Amino acid sequence: MNELSVIINEVSRHYNKVIALDKISVSIKKGEIFGFIGPDGAGKTSLFRILTTLLFPHTGYITIEGLDVVKDFKKIRNIIGYMPGSFSLYQDLSVEENLNFFASIFNTTPEQNYHLIKDIYQQIEPFKNRPAGKLSGGMKQKLALSCALIHKPEVLFLDEPTTGVDAVSRKEFWEMLKNLQNFGISIIVSTPYMDEASLCDRVALMEDGRIMEIESPQNIQAKYPYLIAAIRSNNMYDIISDLQEIPKATSAFRFGDNIHLSYKKGELHKDEIVNFLENKGHKNISFDMVEADIEDCFMELMNKN
Amino acid sequence: MQLFRSFVKKEFYHIFRDVRTLLILFGLPIALILIFGYVVTSEIKNAKIAILDHSKDKITTEITNKILSSGYFILSENLKSAKQIEEVFRQGEVREVIIFEPEFSKNLSKTGQANVQIITDASDANTANLILNYTRAIIQDYSMSLNKIPAQSIKIIPQTRMLYNEELKGVYMFVPGTMALILLLVSAMMTSISIAREKEMGTMEVMLVSPLKPLQIILGKVTPYFVLSFINAVTILLLGVFVFGMPVKGSLILLLGESMLFILLSLSLGILISTVSPNQQVAMFISMMALMLPTILLSGFIFPIENMPPLLQWISHIMPARWFITVLKNVMLKGTGLLFVWKESLIMIGMTVIFISMSVRKFKVRLE
Repeated sequence: MNELSVIINEVSRHYNKVIALDKISVSIKKGEIFGFIGPDGAGKTSLFRILTTLLFPHTGYITIEGLDVVKDFKKIRNIIGYMPGSFSLYQDLSVEENLNFFASIFNTTPEQNYHLIKDIYQQIEPFKNRPAGKLSGGMKQKLALSCALIHKPEVLFLDEPTTGVDAVSRKEFWEMLKNLQNFGISIIVSTPYMDEASLCDRVALMEDGRIMEIESPQNIQAKYPYLIAAIRSNNMYDIISDLQEIPKATSAFRFGDNIHLSYKKGELHKDEIVNFLENKGHKNISFDMVEADIEDCFMELMNKN
Repeated sequence: MQLFRSFVKKEFYHIFRDVRTLLILFGLPIALILIFGYVVTSEIKNAKIAILDHSKDKITTEITNKILSSGYFILSENLKSAKQIEEVFRQGEVREVIIFEPEFSKNLSKTGQANVQIITDASDANTANLILNYTRAIIQDYSMSLNKIPAQSIKIIPQTRMLYNEELKGVYMFVPGTMALILLLVSAMMTSISIAREKEMGTMEVMLVSPLKPLQIILGKVTPYFVLSFINAVTILLLGVFVFGMPVKGSLILLLGESMLFILLSLSLGILISTVSPNQQVAMFISMMALMLPTILLSGFIFPIENMPPLLQWISHIMPARWFITVLKNVMLKGTGLLFVWKESLIMIGMTVIFISMSVRKFKVRLE
């Protein structure tokens, strides 16, 4: 697990004057599931296109399995699998025809590496004669993943594979990735969903073309310096602005059904906060202490910068 | 080879599963050739005329009969006074009014001279001219038949022949033109659109991140269109020969060979267009604006190149269709061999080589 698969060193990329990537350096180990986590516009897709030899880096260099993305792009294209952010299969070809075609452009056949895609492909096989354009979002992703895997790549790049996919399919998709790890494939994935970060071995949190943190999800959560309270009341509309008025709180933002209020240990107490809210006219206040989530960490890192 | 086969198969799936593509590929050529054949024609057939006969004697009746029996004209009405002339033209149906002066045959026998006035509706100048010439020829013909016993005056009578197209049929003009236009349109537009579609759908991105070489991608995309365009060329030729009676005097093999060359030229042009267009709209726009219009206007298809201003004549040299149309006319109508069209063929080969090398150079192995 200690050998490196991908080395990204000081890579920058700009479009005219807009900086998409700003001196990014990451090393990714072989067989690891590595996630680039960040909101839209953080530079994830640009980075993936440079990684997959589709764009030039303006500064810095990248090697994939020891091959340079600029010089050795032809060799790299033999050993990587790429699933772009938008659905990029032929909508008018059937599931089976798509798979056969993508196998053929890598000089292979679906049978040769069937063991790799078996678990995934079996789920969509009942629909193998259906045009790809008529599949559901989740099935499209499975087909796209099958096509990206068909030539047994050493490194797999998945750009926002779960965007626009329902929660159940997302969960299944991540289980498949975990299974693929057993074949020794390095999987590099990007996602705007913070909850998926905890499913990666390591993640890089990205914002505005910069990497804020590279860590395992567990360590990122462990490093979180504050306490978090999940708070609800009958007036969820005003509660954020009310909570933000508490001077000792470091941040307050919506998190699902709750408001996450973070503060330094010892500086605030439950009673203090509840009283404060009651004075502001809130009723039915619920107050629970929770563990820091990746999203909390992301917000904290963003505030810090 | 396996790769090439599956690539071509995939491309055929695209074509045969898209109704619009099929329509453009096969509906358009047939529609165009029938439209040009039956609707857009510069021949005069059944033009409506009116006659104002002030004398109504034997000779004017004979002339009238001769004109009406020619097949070019039908009588719309007999006018009674000169006032009506303006009116019938205003109604728009009548293209020509023929007026015989009073005492027509009397004048003719007395002085040897009588006057016919021909008024045409010149709001369509070309047709007016044609109608005028046809009428004049018929009257002249008649007046000559009167002079059976030649007078003392010496007359030179030109015997004319319209070589290669004795009946002045418009078809002979438009079959080669339409063929060039359709092949250019189908080959260049369809390939450029289909490559641009891969870019738009993101499938090009996936193909680029594969070991495929640019030449493999291009060949795979182009081969099906080559086959289909050739089928189109043959269809147009068959329509031309069997529906419109177009002759094929020269070698059929040469004709088909030249057609393939032109298809290849159009395909290479299409690839070149696709390398500069990021999406289907742009590809379509460039094909329409840069190919179709100039081809119609400047290739000699509709307007004779000799009549163009020097600048446009010069531009017409870079119209691929111009050379193909010349070759087609020579081979089909005059029956000439390669010996007489080698120059045009060489020019087309040269253009193909230039376009292919430009597109291979411009083809991006990346997204930038």
